[in-house]
Amino acid sequence: MYECFCEVREKMTGLQSIILRLINSFGLNVRLFFMTLLFSLPLGLFIAFGSMSRFKPVAWLTKTIVWIIRGTPLMLQVLIIYFAPGLLNLGSPWGSGASARFTAATFAFVINYACYFSEIYRGGIQGIPVGQTEAGQVLGMTKLQIFFRVTLLQVIKRILPSMANEIITLVKDTSLARIISIKEIIMMAQEYTARGLIWPLFSTGLFFLAFVGVLTLLFNHLEKKLEYFKA
Amino acid sequence: MPILQVENIYKEFGKLEVLKGISFSLDKGKTLAIIGSSGSGKTTLLRCLNLLERPDQGIICVNHEIIFDAEDKAVQREAQIRKNRLNFGLVFQSFNLFAQYTVLKNITLASELLAMGEKNRGKSSAVHQRIKEEAYELLAQMGLSDKADAYPHMLSGGQQQRVAIARALALKPQILCFDEPTSALDPELTGEVLRVVRELADKKTTMLIVTHEMAFARDVADHVIFMDEGLIVEEGTPAQVITSPREERTRQFLSRFSNEP
Repeated sequence: MYECFCEVREKMTGLQSIILRLINSFGLNVRLFFMTLLFSLPLGLFIAFGSMSRFKPVAWLTKTIVWIIRGTPLMLQVLIIYFAPGLLNLGSPWGSGASARFTAATFAFVINYACYFSEIYRGGIQGIPVGQTEAGQVLGMTKLQIFFRVTLLQVIKRILPSMANEIITLVKDTSLARIISIKEIIMMAQEYTARGLIWPLFSTGLFFLAFVGVLTLLFNHLEKKLEYFKA
Repeated sequence: MPILQVENIYKEFGKLEVLKGISFSLDKGKTLAIIGSSGSGKTTLLRCLNLLERPDQGIICVNHEIIFDAEDKAVQREAQIRKNRLNFGLVFQSFNLFAQYTVLKNITLASELLAMGEKNRGKSSAVHQRIKEEAYELLAQMGLSDKADAYPHMLSGGQQQRVAIARALALKPQILCFDEPTSALDPELTGEVLRVVRELADKKTTMLIVTHEMAFARDVADHVIFMDEGLIVEEGTPAQVITSPREERTRQFLSRFSNEP
């Protein structure tokens, strides 16, 4: 009876420690997610303005960059950004160790997602009727005032569904970081699979589901908030 | 004495010549109606006056001050253009109210931004209060006092256009321009907009109206210009131009409206 109890307790602590380690490693996915958003959301706006620039070389250059980034796998971009500086004898801009790998992955993710966001922004901005801008112009508003006071909120309202889509994809893409040995949740779970324990890997799905569930609720809330006007 | 003088305006888009030398003047407190078929350049002329388009040639003067000269790069600087635009108000065919703002905010937004730009204008809360009071007065004038907190999509087209007129008036322009203000409206809604414009004419607001409403132009305008293919074909009093036109081209154009009462 006692022996049996001990066995259960051992299994329990085993279970607890596995779950704890999964939670910890999911922290890396979450960190990569937020760091990517933090930098790629504004960077995407600059790229969008670049691709809409009336100065043709800038527009051409930006569109080429967007084409290359959207046209190649994110996994490949992570590898290139992490390994290329070393291979080209450019020193090690990322430093060394786990934090270096994380920085490199963040860098690759930011560029990749900024390009996707830029195209969504561009579509949103170009979809706003030109009359809104002209109304601002004849009222003596500056270009910046027109953008921030008139256009921006209408753009946000328009692009929210596509942004939600892309941001939800980002949550799941974070697991690609394991290609440069970042111990995110799936890589962690695979260590158990190698030892013959399959459920930790399957359970990782629940982590992603829960996180995406929260994001979905948040986006629904935002969409509701912007329902007060039509644009 | 003319408040607005337009001299020899040319404008082309690529190879398409839209304005081929337009000159006219407008006296303070008068209403000028510009008529003509679609594609005659009326709207482009209005957009040139409001500096939404830059004329390729020509000079625009308001109160004898040059606000645009195609030869002079100094008046074409962005900040200068922005300042000079304020001589004109423009009411669009499609209203173009700011979708995310209430009716009141639509009217006050530009004034508030301008007040923020100019420093040393006394207490900002006092300025704020004055801007708001003026907006309420304009709304009352437009018969829309109860709509101050409504959003544009809640209003009928006629109501939206009256808000747009109030918004343009809030900046106290020297000359108020209308670009076919009733063309996007259902026939039963045009009356309420035309009534407001007529009241403004009675108050001696200087106005320039591009319109297809011949009866309205005849009743309200002091002066009428008929444009065709980028040129002024005929101008004069409504009685001359609309009732007994001299030019064949004007007669042809007006014959299409002859069924009107």
